[in-house]
Amino acid sequence: MSRELIEGSAAIAEAAIAAGCRFFAGYPMTPFTEVLEHFARRLPEVGGVCINAESELEAVGMAWGAVSTGARAATGSTGQGLSLMQESFSEITRAELPLVIVNMARGQGDYYQSTRGGGHGDYRHIVLAPIDIHEAVELTQLAFHLADAWRNPVLIYGDYLLAHTYEAVDIRALDFGELPAKDWAVDGSLGGTGHSRSVNPLGFRKGETGVDPDSMWKRLQAKHDAIEREEARCETEFVDDAETVVVAFGSLAKFARYAVRELRGEGVRVGYVRPITLWPFPSQALASACDGAANVAVLEQNAGQMIDDVRLALLGRAPVVAIGEISTDPAGFGVGPLLDPERVRGRIEAVLEAPPGGPR
Amino acid sequence: MRAIESRGTVTIAKQLCKGCELCIPACPPRVLEMSEAHNEQGFPYPELRPGCTGCGACLLVCPDFCFEVFLYREPVAHEVAP
Amino acid sequence: MSRLPVLDTDRPPQASAVKIARDKPDLLLTERHDLCPGCGEPLAMRVLLEAIEELDASRMAIGVVGIGCYTAFSPTMDVDSIQALHGRAPSVATGAKRMRPESLVFTLQGDGDMVNEGLQEVIHTAARGESVTCVLLNNGVFGETGGHMTATTVLGQRTKNSLDGRDAAYHGHPILIGDLLAQLGGTAYAARGAVDDAAGVARAKRMLRRAFQTQLRGEGFSFVEILTMCPTGWFIPTPDGPGYLDEVMGTVHVTGELKAGGKLTTTAELIARRGGREAPTA
Repeated sequence: MSRELIEGSAAIAEAAIAAGCRFFAGYPMTPFTEVLEHFARRLPEVGGVCINAESELEAVGMAWGAVSTGARAATGSTGQGLSLMQESFSEITRAELPLVIVNMARGQGDYYQSTRGGGHGDYRHIVLAPIDIHEAVELTQLAFHLADAWRNPVLIYGDYLLAHTYEAVDIRALDFGELPAKDWAVDGSLGGTGHSRSVNPLGFRKGETGVDPDSMWKRLQAKHDAIEREEARCETEFVDDAETVVVAFGSLAKFARYAVRELRGEGVRVGYVRPITLWPFPSQALASACDGAANVAVLEQNAGQMIDDVRLALLGRAPVVAIGEISTDPAGFGVGPLLDPERVRGRIEAVLEAPPGGPR
Repeated sequence: MRAIESRGTVTIAKQLCKGCELCIPACPPRVLEMSEAHNEQGFPYPELRPGCTGCGACLLVCPDFCFEVFLYREPVAHEVAP
Repeated sequence: MSRLPVLDTDRPPQASAVKIARDKPDLLLTERHDLCPGCGEPLAMRVLLEAIEELDASRMAIGVVGIGCYTAFSPTMDVDSIQALHGRAPSVATGAKRMRPESLVFTLQGDGDMVNEGLQEVIHTAARGESVTCVLLNNGVFGETGGHMTATTVLGQRTKNSLDGRDAAYHGHPILIGDLLAQLGGTAYAARGAVDDAAGVARAKRMLRRAFQTQLRGEGFSFVEILTMCPTGWFIPTPDGPGYLDEVMGTVHVTGELKAGGKLTTTAELIARRGGREAPTA
C-alpha cells in the first residue's frame, strides 16, 4: 500500500484517471479550479485530452461528444457553473450517456440542484457525496463504474474542504466487476452498413422518420426506478439503541460523526446516519436506523434541503428537526463557522436537552 | 410525323413528389411539365416529354429524391405528330 | 400543356440504357422525410452524404446534428450520429473528434442553431482549429418554428417577427458568419454555397469535398455554409424559392470561397468581384 499526501482536488482527478477517464472539459471557478488544473496537467500524460472550454455550456458539450464515442469522460464545476449545464445534463441523461460530473460545491446549498436536477423533464442522476479524500478516491472510481453500468450520469458532490485539504491516500484502479460492451457508442465505424448508431435523447430509431420520446422516456423511468431500488448507500453508527439520530452528508458529516462518537463515549444514546448516495436517497436504511428514535436531527450547511428527503423517508414516524444553518466565509465559498466540532456538538446537545419529541 | 430524340430518360417516384415544381425550370431542354393528375398526397407531379438529355439537373434540385437518371446507349427517337 | 407525348417514367427504360444517377445517396436510409415542399435542405443533405461516400469516409464519419428542420435526417442518415442540443453541435463535435482523431467529424446546423444559439461555440471551435467540419444550412429563418427571424435574416426580409421586413434600426444587421470564421487562425477552409439551381448544388458538393479533405489532411477547422430555400418561412410559392434565395439572400450572403489555401477573401470582395451578375468563382 503506497500512500501519498495529496490535495483532494488532485486525488479526485487521479482517481478518475485510474478509472480510465481520458477526457475532461471545464471552466475555472473556485473551488473547482484545481480539479481542472490537475486534469490539464495529467491527462495529456496518459494519452487523454483536457480542454479549458470557453464556457460551461461548451464544457459539458465537449464531454457529451467524448462520452458518446465510448470514452470515459467527465466535466465539472462548482454549483454556479453547473447551473449553466443543466439543460445538457437533462438531455445527456435522456440520451443514456455515462457522463461523470464533479461538483466542488460552495457549501451544501446545491443539494436540490444535484438530487432534483435543474434541467427540464423527468430525469435523475446518481449522486455520490464523499465524507473525505479517502472516500472520494473510491467514490470517483465507483462513479465511472455506475455511469457505465446504468448508462446514466453520476455526480460527485464535493466541496471547498474536500478540494483544498490534504490526506495520505493510495490511489489504485479499483475493480467493481464486469460491464457490458459499449456497442451503442458512436465511433464512426458503422456508417454505410445499415447498422449505424444514433446517440440521441429523442427516441430516434435509425432508418425510421420521426421521434418517439414517449416510449424512450418511460424506459428511462423504469431504469431510474431500478437504480433507486439497487444503488442507495449510507453509513450508520450506534443506531440500534439511539434515542437521537443525527443525519448529515459530505464533509460536514465528519464533524457530526466526531461529535456523536464523543457523546457515545460519554454514554449518550445518540446515533448517526450518513447518506453516501444523495440520490437514490437511502430511505429504507434511514427509516430502520430511526426505528425507535425519539427524534431525528438533520445537520446541513444550507437552509434545509436534505431534510425534505429525511421527512419523506420517515413519514412522521419520528419528529425531525433541522440543526444546521447557512454558514459560509466572506467570499461565499462555503468554509463557514459551522465546520467546527465544538459548534456541531453544541447543536446536537441542544436537541438532547430539549428534544422536540419530548422525554420518552 | 417527325421524330424527337432522347439521349436519356428518368424514372419519377411520383408518389413521393410534393409538387414543388423546382425541377420544371431546372431542366435545360424544358421537357418536364407538371401533371394534371394528383398523387395520393394530393400533389401534381412532373411528367417527362421527349428530348431528355440525361443531364440529371432534375435529380439535383429535387428535395424529395424522386428522380433516377438513365443514359441510352443509342439515342431513342420518338415519333410525334407535326 | 404541350402536345408532346408523356413518356413512361414509372419503370426503368426498356431500350438498353445505363443508370447514371441514383435517387438517393447510399448513406440515406430512406428518401422519406417530412420537410416542406420546395425545401432546400434535402438538396444539401444529398451532396453532403455523397461527398462522404466519394471520399470513402462512410466507415469513419461521425455526424453531430443540431436542432432544426434538418434534424429529420438525424435518424435517416446511415452515419454514426450524435443528436446535439440546439446550438451545441460544435462542442459535441470537438469532444468526439478529440477522442476519435481518425474519424471524419462534421456538424449539421441551421442559421438559428449556429449563428443565434451557438455562435460562441462555433467561433471558439474555429479559433482552436478543431479538426472538424461545421456545415451551416442557412435559410435566414427559424424554419422549424414556422419562419422567424434569425441572426442571418437580411434587411428587408419579412419573417413571422419582422412582418414589415427586417429593419436595421429596430432589428439590427445580419451576421455574416463565414467572414467571422474565415479570419480566425484555426480556420483552414471556409466557403459559402447555395442550392438554388443544379449548378449551385454541384458547386456546394465541391465545397463540402474540399472541407472534408481539409479535415482529413489535418489542416484545421473547416466550414461550409449552404444557402437553402425555405418557401414556407419566406411566405412565397415554392417555385419562387430559388429566385428569392438568389436575389434576397444571395446578394448579402454572397457565395464563394472565403478561405482556401491560406488565401482570405471577404464577402465584400466577392461582391466587388461579381460587380455584374457573372457566375461566382468557386
